[in-house]
Amino acid sequence: MNVKLWGTRGSVPSAGHDFVRYGGNTSCVEVQAQEGWVTVLDAGSGVRALGETVGPEITRVDLLLSHLHMDHIQGLGFFAPLFTPDLDVHIWGPASTTLDMRERLARYLSPPLFPVLLRDLPCKLTLHNTPLGNFEVGSLSVEADLICHPGPTLGYRITEGGRTLAYMPDHEPALGFRSFQPEKEWTSGFKLAEGADVLIHDAQYTNDEYEGKIGWGHSALSHTLILAKAAAVGRLVTFHHDPAHTDAQLDQFHADAELECGEIDVPLIPGQEGLTLKV
Amino acid sequence: MAQQPLELILLRQLASYLAVPIWVADAEGNLIYYNEPAEGVLGRRFDEAGEISLAEVGGLFEICDQDGNPMPPNELPLAVALFEGRPTHGKVKMRGFGKPWMRVDVTAFPVEGQGGRVLGAAVLFWEIAAS
Ligand SMILES: [Zn+2]
Ligand SMILES: [Zn+2]
Repeated sequence: MNVKLWGTRGSVPSAGHDFVRYGGNTSCVEVQAQEGWVTVLDAGSGVRALGETVGPEITRVDLLLSHLHMDHIQGLGFFAPLFTPDLDVHIWGPASTTLDMRERLARYLSPPLFPVLLRDLPCKLTLHNTPLGNFEVGSLSVEADLICHPGPTLGYRITEGGRTLAYMPDHEPALGFRSFQPEKEWTSGFKLAEGADVLIHDAQYTNDEYEGKIGWGHSALSHTLILAKAAAVGRLVTFHHDPAHTDAQLDQFHADAELECGEIDVPLIPGQEGLTLKV
Repeated sequence: MAQQPLELILLRQLASYLAVPIWVADAEGNLIYYNEPAEGVLGRRFDEAGEISLAEVGGLFEICDQDGNPMPPNELPLAVALFEGRPTHGKVKMRGFGKPWMRVDVTAFPVEGQGGRVLGAAVLFWEIAAS
């Protein structure tokens, strides 16, 4: 399975020459596996450019949403496959305790926020309430679980041919810990991350920034490293960069973290837009 | 030990910050967490003793109704929340072995999570007065 990052920014897109290497588009990751099939994690603004690469050889598109915060769905209305007549498109995402996915998503894909209604899209659209637990998407075995973030939010663990990718773009596993020492039984996201070959994880803040944003649903880079180590992941890809962090700052944060990484012992890959990796 | 469901993880985190004694039980009724103030009710600290199985819980204290009559197990607040799936509130008398009786207000509520998953129950205690 190959993975391509189409958007790694958190919260809101960042534009300008300070944001060129890490990229300014919000969350979107493509998982390339079975031929003729496109699987996408989240529909942030990065999904627009991804959509342009979906050619006539593609017969099915599956879009797995972690949650419905705007930065994870704002690209949806500009995702070409939704406007391709008869293309089989499946969108998966969390229901809430009272509303299903269709009702929740329609709040964005409807006027006045967007001129086109969900039901008027020309593709063959199927909406799924992502089940908690295991299900199949083509050749991919997917496990979904609730993780700590405001509102119903899912992390995904995707396995194919014995290789595993874990994806938790918005996640605050350190919430409530006085000092973050993840225990397997009592740490959000542990099950999804455990032993994954690649973990793509929220690393929005520095330690100082986190102190002022406890409960906002995101992680300091140090928390992400600690979780990755505790869960014995193969490689860690940082994700959901704060929209104010420039390329130079992000380079510095990663360089500082790599000093810790000696002890942490998990290869750290800065999540930059356009990056591709083999899981 | 497998990872607990998120709802129970968050409940534990919250309980660990509260001054009201709270037990958190899993779907089988095992006490998977109790906060520091609950030590007065259980005679144990979570940090030392850890999880307490359902079989063991009943052996840690005596409980009866306000008039001193023993309560059938299925009428205990934890059992009502867990097995009938509804919140309950009542006044009971309870004591740890070798300790004086306490008159206690007890509130228990079921923890039903996303997708109708029955995950456990929480029990809150409020000591009215020693008697
Ligand atoms: Zn986000
Ligand atoms: Zn979010």
